[in-house]
Amino acid sequence: MKASLKWLKDYVNITLPVRQTAEKLTMAGLESEAIEIRGGEWENIIIGQVVALEPHPNADRLQLATVNLKSEQTEQITVVCGAPNLRAGDKVAFARVGAHLIDGHSGQKVELKRVKIRGVASEGMVCSEKELGISDNYEGALILPSDVPVGIPLSDYLGDAVFDLEVTPNRPDCLSIIGIAREIAVLTGQRLELPSPQYIEEGSDIRERITVDITAPELCRRYCASLVEGVTIAPSPLWMQERLLACGMRPINNIVDITNYVMLEYGQPLHAFDCEAVSGRKIIVRRAGEGETITTIDGMRRALTPEMLVIANEKCPVAIAGVMGGADSEVGGITSTVLLESASFLPLNIRRTSASLHLGSEASFRFERGISPELTLPALQRATQLMVELAGGRAAKGIIDVYPDRVERSPITFSASQIEHILGMKVDLEEAKQVLTALGFQCKRVTPSELRVIPPYWRTDVNMVADVVEEISRIMGYDRIPVTMLSSPLPHQQPAPALDIRERLRDLMVGCGFQEIISYSMVSRERAGGIEPIHLANPMNREQEYLRTTLLPNLVASLALNQRHSISATKEENSIRIFEVGKVYLPRDKDLPYEEERLAAVLSGPRAKPSWQHQGITTTKKGYLDFFDAKGVIEEVMRQLTLEAEFKQIPLSSSSGRGDLGEFFHPGRTALVELEGERIGVVGEIHPQLADRFDLLPQTVTLFELEIEKLISYTIQDKRYRSIPRFPEIVRDIAVVVDSDIPAGRIENAIRESPLVVKVTLFDLYSGEPIAKNKKSLAFRVAYQSAERTLTNAEVDEAEQIILKQLSDEVGATLRS
Amino acid sequence: MIDRLKVIKVEAIAELGGISDLTELERWRIHYMGKKGQLTQVLRQLGDLPPEDRRIIGALANEIKRQLEDELAGFKSRIARTTVESKLEKEWIDVTLPGYPVSPGRLHPTTQALREVCSIFTSMGFQWVEGPEVEWEYYNFEALNIFKGHPAYDMWDTLWVDFYNEKGEMPMLLRTHTSPVQIRIMEKTRPPVRVIMPGKVYRYEATDATHESMFYQVEGLAVDKDITFADLKGTLYEFARRLFGEERRVRFRCDYFPFVEPGVEVSIDCLACGGVGCRLCSNTGWIEILGAGMVHPDVLRRVDYDPEVYSGFAFGMGVERISMLRYGIDDIRLFYSNDLRFLNQF
Repeated sequence: MKASLKWLKDYVNITLPVRQTAEKLTMAGLESEAIEIRGGEWENIIIGQVVALEPHPNADRLQLATVNLKSEQTEQITVVCGAPNLRAGDKVAFARVGAHLIDGHSGQKVELKRVKIRGVASEGMVCSEKELGISDNYEGALILPSDVPVGIPLSDYLGDAVFDLEVTPNRPDCLSIIGIAREIAVLTGQRLELPSPQYIEEGSDIRERITVDITAPELCRRYCASLVEGVTIAPSPLWMQERLLACGMRPINNIVDITNYVMLEYGQPLHAFDCEAVSGRKIIVRRAGEGETITTIDGMRRALTPEMLVIANEKCPVAIAGVMGGADSEVGGITSTVLLESASFLPLNIRRTSASLHLGSEASFRFERGISPELTLPALQRATQLMVELAGGRAAKGIIDVYPDRVERSPITFSASQIEHILGMKVDLEEAKQVLTALGFQCKRVTPSELRVIPPYWRTDVNMVADVVEEISRIMGYDRIPVTMLSSPLPHQQPAPALDIRERLRDLMVGCGFQEIISYSMVSRERAGGIEPIHLANPMNREQEYLRTTLLPNLVASLALNQRHSISATKEENSIRIFEVGKVYLPRDKDLPYEEERLAAVLSGPRAKPSWQHQGITTTKKGYLDFFDAKGVIEEVMRQLTLEAEFKQIPLSSSSGRGDLGEFFHPGRTALVELEGERIGVVGEIHPQLADRFDLLPQTVTLFELEIEKLISYTIQDKRYRSIPRFPEIVRDIAVVVDSDIPAGRIENAIRESPLVVKVTLFDLYSGEPIAKNKKSLAFRVAYQSAERTLTNAEVDEAEQIILKQLSDEVGATLRS
Repeated sequence: MIDRLKVIKVEAIAELGGISDLTELERWRIHYMGKKGQLTQVLRQLGDLPPEDRRIIGALANEIKRQLEDELAGFKSRIARTTVESKLEKEWIDVTLPGYPVSPGRLHPTTQALREVCSIFTSMGFQWVEGPEVEWEYYNFEALNIFKGHPAYDMWDTLWVDFYNEKGEMPMLLRTHTSPVQIRIMEKTRPPVRVIMPGKVYRYEATDATHESMFYQVEGLAVDKDITFADLKGTLYEFARRLFGEERRVRFRCDYFPFVEPGVEVSIDCLACGGVGCRLCSNTGWIEILGAGMVHPDVLRRVDYDPEVYSGFAFGMGVERISMLRYGIDDIRLFYSNDLRFLNQF
């Protein structure tokens, strides 16, 4: 809501500077977003009076105007002027050399220079409205009222400061100048002076000429109307146009401008009908019929439904109630009798109508927020008065007022201790009473410690004690409320293992050298994964249409993006390890989806960044991150969480059958991650087709995704310390040769079965000469140790023999010679 | 014989002065003190002397031997020291060469900010809890006094899930704020309640430098007997100054949110201009950091808390905004586009 300072000053004496006034409003709930100074660009423009006019010696259409620029008549300037409407004695806006004016032809702002026009020097200019930026009119000079003092800057007379206030939806009363003036009055301890509309009524009674019938009282709470005859349609006075413009509305003609002016002034939307259009002299407030249409004043033909309320004559709708008038009943050049409507409509209905027609207006904006039916009458009287005064109209006797169901506001009673209970501060009831009275509440001290108040009709938002307490505190100022720390007992804290483990995982991944990313939950269908992911009814775009069921595609996309970014340097520098911890959304029947937390990561590029020492390390294939880096990370993270994951090769044949798995992972280079036989995730190399789809660099990319919640039940809650071994370990190497398709894990597990073995580390894997074809050699470093004694070589020899025998029996291993 | 000894001593010490390495030193030692060394020979001849002379000359010879041994030890340690020194000198490295790169891992700036915010509140006894991101309309709106058809409903542009119930309504949505978690927590527990509720929220909103369709909020709620507006001010005052610095001024102004009454907006004096007015604070001198208020009695009633007995406050804030203010980030879209050139700055 834009509010002109000048206008506000009609109702309240503004004692503070503009900025401080804005600050007061802001603190009390009406946030001032900006203050616009109107007329600030009118530097070097002052009010002058034309004292003489003479013809231009060399041009028929030009005159020489002598303008008096000081009230003491000590300064006069003669300028060349083309305005045909100028008369001696007129008060005008005079621009001195150096002023900035809008050029009538180009519309650009230009500096006024000293010029010679047809041989006559001219140092200044008598301005038109267009040159001042007031309107598009540049046919003649702007003639100011005769009582304006000469010599003052134009901005002192026409200039203004305009507050741009953000009015919250609960305060429709502040969508009006009077409402804002009332706030200022209360906040600065000034009196609010309201207009008291008075006008002479003439001729027959409106009630004998027009009837109003509300057939949908559930949608129209009150309907008031007056009749003004003999109006002359013309532009409204300059001051009114200025105020409308200041508040962001375009002047149209005096009648329309008056309805808008009073809407801005009181907050009550009004509508003026050309009375000729109300055929049958009957107004019917009814629901629209099925298939009925209306052409609104914006020229659009609109289809109506019975959900919508219309104002109709006996034949057809003449307006969509509270939203927009009809073109046929619009006030125009030939209008002489105006039927003025001031009504109260159901907010919800106005909102639905306006939404379904995609038609919002200043009127519907206010009705939606709920305006008291009590406001209709004062606003109607004010507009009628202005039409009589400014449009030459005669008001018919009486007013139509159909108000089927008036509801009295119920009082709110509260005690001083209730205020203290909410605010944490004692408030003197007498002070509270003062504040509330100033705001228009009727207050009564019912007992020494209790106040009973009835909110004023315009405060539709105040209905309970908490509301009243807000009124008291916001006017007194939140600053006055003390600052205390919570002193109530601390609630019992619930353990949250899922949350703890999730945050722990974030830290662990960072510790393993991964950068965390966070990506959108909404993704395209291709990236959502799953069989039937959650679909949004109104997505912003195709890329954000579904909710993800896996974190992997976003990670791959992020990898692709960052590979592209670093590609300009050298491909080798492009070592990327990223992870995300976040939710996937798994649909459930007729219920909210299951939101499951996952950890996923992707890694690709050189294992180490290039440095001046490790020259060439990244150029060999060995130097690139691969499956085993990912596996190593998972193993380490699991170890930190006291877990030991198993990695199961996916049988090549079945992998294609598993929806996501087959799509994302290279079937031969993927493992299921399991805890005690339960699958908790997958790790593997990216499927080459997926890599192609994302246009990834031709280097190994490894992905994994783990289900966080499943980890919780396997973590060891009572982890015990293991004593440091007192006896030395004996280390032996064993190298065995097996068929190439025997998994290393099987051999390692077999070695571990020996009770004396405490550590097994694979340190060499080899195939090729002199190892036979289809065979491979694996070399393990094995540590033997006993908790009770120092082992003898003989004991270790024996254990080794048993291991070798076992390996030979199980996987046909032979000792490498 | 005494003269002989004196000569040996003088010669030996003089000779030692010209020695510069350990090999020569060893030769020197053998020459004087070796098995056939000059001093040794003198000592061997002691037995041939009369007892009187033997005692005097013996004492002198041993004295000279000790002196030479001391000289030798001193010389040895001097040489050792200079050898080490010259060795160390040769072993210099160029410390201006770049350090070997480590692969850095970092938390996302939002995770960092979120943890920082939450840890301030957990230190004040608030417990970290979470709720669903896909919500029922009831929890996101009605339970919080936001009714369909009221203009306040428009304060949140909603992304709806394509799901219809038996009545043909579309009641599922992506939560537009973290406030529904307040309701879920109060439905599950009895007062006292003191929780902090971070999480992702969603808006149907065209993205630009200051708007995102997905972002994070942190919601807080404290309900018990006798919790007042003064407690709200104290808690949030403490928070603002812990997060933004002890010297910050904090402003509480009246604002409107349907689920609180009275409502309040909390601002701090502008970090860029200190309150004078600049572009960052749109010339107001203040920067809004969160919205808050006393929990609306109707909200309490809906979760079966008696508003005559219990009262409380709630607050909510955007998380990205905190990083944006702190680091001068001017485009919120940077957060979730996952450009490592952005992320690895934090």
